[in-house]
Amino acid sequence: MKLTLKIWRQKSPKDKGRFETYQVEANPHMSFLEMLDVLNEELIARKEEPVTFEHDCREGICGTCGLVINGQPHGPNQGTATCQLHMRFYKDGDIIVIEPYRASAFPVLKDLAVDRSAFDRIIQAGGFISVNTGAPQDGNAIPIEKDQAAKSFDAAACIGCGACVAACPNASAMLFVSAKVSHLALLPQGKVEAKRRAQAMVKQMDAEGFGMCSNITACEAECPKEISVTNIARLNREYLSSSIGTETKV
Amino acid sequence: MSFDSNVPPGPLAEKWTRYRGTMNLVAPNNKRRIEIIVVGTGLAGASAAATLGELGYNVKCFTFHDSPRRAHSIAAQGGINAAKNYANDGDSVYRLFYDTIKGGDYRSRESNVHRLAEVSRNIIDQAVAQGVPFARDYGGLLDNRSFGGVQVSRTFYARGQTGQQLLLGAYQALSRQIAEGNVQMYNRHEMLDLVLAGGKARGIIVRNLLTGELERHAAHCVVLATGGYGNVFYLSTNAMNCNVTASWRATRRGAYMANPCFTQIHPTCIPQSGDYQSKLTLMSESLRNDGRVWVPKKQDDAKAIREGKKTANDIAEADRDYFLERRYPAFGNLVPRDVASRAAKVACDEGLGVAPTGLAVFLDFEDAIMRYGRSKAHSTGMHNPSDAEVRKLGEKVVEEKYGNLFEMYEKITGEDPYKLPMKIYPAVHYTMGGLWVDYNLETNIPGLFALGECNFSDHGANRLGASALMQGLADGYFVLPYTIGQFLSNEIRTPKFDPNAKEFMDAEKDTRERLERMMNVKGNQSVESFHRRLGKIMWDYCGMSRNADGLKKARKMIQELREEFYRDVFVPGSINDYNPELEKAQRVADFFELGELMVVDALNRNESCGGHFREEYQTEEGEALRDDENYAYVAAWEYKGWEEDPVLHKEELVFENVELKTRSYK
Repeated sequence: MKLTLKIWRQKSPKDKGRFETYQVEANPHMSFLEMLDVLNEELIARKEEPVTFEHDCREGICGTCGLVINGQPHGPNQGTATCQLHMRFYKDGDIIVIEPYRASAFPVLKDLAVDRSAFDRIIQAGGFISVNTGAPQDGNAIPIEKDQAAKSFDAAACIGCGACVAACPNASAMLFVSAKVSHLALLPQGKVEAKRRAQAMVKQMDAEGFGMCSNITACEAECPKEISVTNIARLNREYLSSSIGTETKV
Repeated sequence: MSFDSNVPPGPLAEKWTRYRGTMNLVAPNNKRRIEIIVVGTGLAGASAAATLGELGYNVKCFTFHDSPRRAHSIAAQGGINAAKNYANDGDSVYRLFYDTIKGGDYRSRESNVHRLAEVSRNIIDQAVAQGVPFARDYGGLLDNRSFGGVQVSRTFYARGQTGQQLLLGAYQALSRQIAEGNVQMYNRHEMLDLVLAGGKARGIIVRNLLTGELERHAAHCVVLATGGYGNVFYLSTNAMNCNVTASWRATRRGAYMANPCFTQIHPTCIPQSGDYQSKLTLMSESLRNDGRVWVPKKQDDAKAIREGKKTANDIAEADRDYFLERRYPAFGNLVPRDVASRAAKVACDEGLGVAPTGLAVFLDFEDAIMRYGRSKAHSTGMHNPSDAEVRKLGEKVVEEKYGNLFEMYEKITGEDPYKLPMKIYPAVHYTMGGLWVDYNLETNIPGLFALGECNFSDHGANRLGASALMQGLADGYFVLPYTIGQFLSNEIRTPKFDPNAKEFMDAEKDTRERLERMMNVKGNQSVESFHRRLGKIMWDYCGMSRNADGLKKARKMIQELREEFYRDVFVPGSINDYNPELEKAQRVADFFELGELMVVDALNRNESCGGHFREEYQTEEGEALRDDENYAYVAAWEYKGWEEDPVLHKEELVFENVELKTRSYK
């Protein structure tokens, strides 16, 4: 199939950037990223600079890839990361627009690659359980109800790709933050510092320049791991009760 | 250079406890003055950096990823082994130790493997305390499942994403240390050289991948946790950016590379579909519990399937060869990975492959679907259900067990595995070989440590399922933080190193020249095309089966390809920029040298063991034939550059606690 690609090209963070149009010959068995590999090989053969895009595991778990394809983070399919999208969902003659995430907290580095280090700093602010390596109690000392453990897992499945931010008109990071807050708050081990955690992570989220949540829920629709917005409700609850219940404000 | 395994004395089961109780310590006030470099943030690197930070050392941690959480440990699916014996099925530290030694075909070091089995129990406790959401039963306790090659249930898991959850646990512990200022984190920095001063590892040269700038970093010692080198084959289940550069640069500075030819080929991967293919995807080993592996008996049928004229469903039961069940009646479809992979290759070599490329066998769930369906119908009181009803019920049970894997298969291939059997083929998955280390996980270069997949120590010639996560975390949380004290306790008077010293300036100059050389070729072929060709040589001659003639030929081909690379490669862009093509170029350059060493190692090892199958050394029935008399040793190679042959150093393996037997699965 012959495709027309309109790809965002930007030399550096300071460059203004623009769309460039390319033609590429793809086949339906290719993954979307393999189609871009083919394009890059052609550009290199013409001694032009290839398109920079980030990727690693190519099986939907590392969270490195993340392109906005025809306006949708990770493309048209539900519960699918960019690297899991295959070309059989496109047809001959299609025009595909490929852009980086657009959010001021995720500045563009080059072409389609953005800086998502804000997410790391939010985790550093409190997205952990404070336990040193050593000799904690036996793994079976704290029974956890099966459904509760499953709920915690559902939130912990977040791959930190940032699609939720890219999908949100406010560029809010609430789904990401709430997934971590939920993962840990739903477990007895994480309950102890749940209040402090919610405060610290929200504070860092605000400092990074992410927008507010206005319940649009585009984040859930585009999340490749289908993380639920009920986590945002839980984060709001944790945050509110923590601002009443903790003596030391973070 | 020292080449002593430094295994402490005493009975096997007491070695680690005694050693830990008597080893040298570094006092807290001295820890604050000591700097440690950790390279890599997978399970081994992140857990080591976090723990060393907690202990009070000054840690500098490096990753080429944009975040420590992206390391390839994240992709591990199945689980993590631990000798907890929660299932009360007779598991013990000794049994885990024994299974690992046997599974590795008696080519690993007893003392290291026993220690691994001992600390496996602590890992689970630690991970639970960190909030890793392991699977639980209705009583709220931790659930276990079985994996290949063992007779107990000792695998802990978090759905099909155990690696992800364990890595996030380690990443969060690391993040906490970063926030506390004990660990300084360098994302998007790739190690390009090791710096030695006075014969000890004292620093590294890294490239800032965003600016292209080279940086010199000094410390009292260097810890490598940089993963495996499966991408030397181009196509593998490894992530695209996995590479050997950090450990290869250490090898070029004098560290020994041990058993590089020991590669694990995983039997159940989605087959290659075309030349543009960039990587292969693993389907979990757990599928072999219910899937039956087969090919058509007749070449004509296989040909018709390849050409799309027939499908699997057109082949009558009598015309199918369930070759694993036929060849290995005792273990059937659940033989270990190396055995299953070779059998699939044999079938395809005979012209019975079922994909257009000729390289695939079927993994069929038809029997399982009908069996579960009948059982479900019976238990729900349905009498004389129709086949269609049984199938519907059965599909539901299979979906509950393997739904996410079936969905993944469908996403990639576009075929519905409930209707047509899956097509699978073996693919490179893990490398047992790696930097040679002693009992302290220290290489032969004093002050250089290697953890996780990048060392050679625990898996011998074949790794068992769910043991990679165990080893990475054992090394990082519970072994290195102790053993590093043996080295550092002698360094408390050593002042901070000056990264402007001559050794550092020289190493930086070397690195710059290496990069400039690649940039300045300005030839006509892309880095990718060279990598692909190297991978094909490695796969054809040093893959699932090897022979002396092929290996000799491969060595020559690799040398020629390497020369062509430095004559005709084209790397676009510039050094002082964000340039993924340049990153790839220097990684591929190192793969050429490693690939040649793998071939040399495979040629030297005149026996078949585990993942290393030499066609000349097999039984009449085509099984691996080990030679314990002459090859029960670790082959530790000293690299001598392009012009000279590498030098072999042998560490004889001493087996005091297990008897060497032939592995049989018949």
